[in-house]
Amino acid sequence: MTRTPVITGIGAVTPLGVGARTLHERWTAGASGIEDGVAACTEFEPTDHLSTKEVRRSDRFTQLALAAAGEALDDAGWDEPPYDRDRIGSVIGTGIGGIGTLEKQHLTLQEQGAERVSPLAIPLLMANAAAGVLAMRHGLEGQSFGTVSACAASSHSIGMSARLIAYGDADAVVTGGSESTLTPLATAAFRRMEATSPSGISRPFDRRRDGFVMGEGAGILVLEEESKARERGARILGYVRGYGATSDAHHLTAPEPHGHGAARAIELALADARFEPEEVLYVNAHGTSTPLNDRSETEALKAALGEQQAHAVPVSSTKSTIGHLLGAAGAVEAIATLLALRDRVAPPTLNYEEPDEGLDLDYVPDGARPLPNGDSPAIGITNSFGFGGHNAVLCLEAAS
Amino acid sequence: MSTTVTKEQVEERIREALIEFGAEPDQISRDAEFEQLDVDSLDLVELAQISEDEWGVQVKGEDMEGIRTVGQAVDLVAERMS
Repeated sequence: MTRTPVITGIGAVTPLGVGARTLHERWTAGASGIEDGVAACTEFEPTDHLSTKEVRRSDRFTQLALAAAGEALDDAGWDEPPYDRDRIGSVIGTGIGGIGTLEKQHLTLQEQGAERVSPLAIPLLMANAAAGVLAMRHGLEGQSFGTVSACAASSHSIGMSARLIAYGDADAVVTGGSESTLTPLATAAFRRMEATSPSGISRPFDRRRDGFVMGEGAGILVLEEESKARERGARILGYVRGYGATSDAHHLTAPEPHGHGAARAIELALADARFEPEEVLYVNAHGTSTPLNDRSETEALKAALGEQQAHAVPVSSTKSTIGHLLGAAGAVEAIATLLALRDRVAPPTLNYEEPDEGLDLDYVPDGARPLPNGDSPAIGITNSFGFGGHNAVLCLEAAS
Repeated sequence: MSTTVTKEQVEERIREALIEFGAEPDQISRDAEFEQLDVDSLDLVELAQISEDEWGVQVKGEDMEGIRTVGQAVDLVAERMS
């Protein structure tokens, strides 16, 4: 029997505010979460969501994940886990993990000596902390682990979680990603590698794009096995229909220039979903606003979807409004994609004004635009590509 | 330094630390058990670190093993100071 993973709850904390619907509504309205070249979650107050003890016991990246998970579980209507606890997993991606804690503790080590380093340092900074703490907080006793693949981390986590359900290892998985790297070391390091934008403007696919804008946040989805979800009367938001993942095996940071690996991941996701390229109504691009990504991603879309469909389908980048959430980007953008498909609207690529040679897709430049309505299922893909050459693509369908 | 610090002062500082750890202030007393206050082994390691910072008292994780109540922790620190 086929076991289909369905999405029953979503939650997000992003630079546009607290809440998944906040992200969707503000982005669709053309609002920006970027201020002075940084995309911080300024509306997020940890103590609104967590106890004093939980705040002390977690790095900010875990705090963001817990808050987003709280919203997602409420959204799914879980007062208590609805299945056997050992059939529910927690899989959370991150690019780096608790680097804020790492930096602070290293300063303590240098200034005050080894005896003053906090015993909480390791449990806070470890990249699997969010997955573990989330499992503890909600009593989820199935598989729990972190996925670590830079900016593809939470697309991998969602893809693997869908597989855990399809394979029969879990009846539900709380999954997604979280990142909080607006710290002195991470900011300096991204700047030194010339990955971030000197102008502080995120303008994916525009000729003047000069790098990404650093952001922070978290996105969490509740996935459940369809028959079990229907049995308990859950409201179904949509489906993870397909997942495709590949490696460029090319360069530590640069994408393979023609997007071969990315194209293959898109093709695998569509094949997994058993959809034709022509059925895709919307593409949520990785669209980082870096010179290299936006060019190779455009080539990848043309190769995977075919020239005609690549030019016909609206392609927009969430990073134009909230910057680059690194390991959280995949999950936050999956949520944005799902809500866009539900409302049959393509949110815009903000700041896109000047076309670049060869970058000639429909990047939705002038505000949100309706997607074709009618009887066709609302199908979209969302791309995530990470340093290290990791490509992960999800194919989602919104419930009708 | 240790001669000028009273047991009451140690108790007050430990109380402050427990509140920082997330314990409910009105539940903290000499007889309160750490388990009831939701204070665990990681908190106790931090408490030991505070004792060393504040009063120069060396308390190792293993010293804390038999400590169940706030009063026992205060007594241990006070004893090491004298």
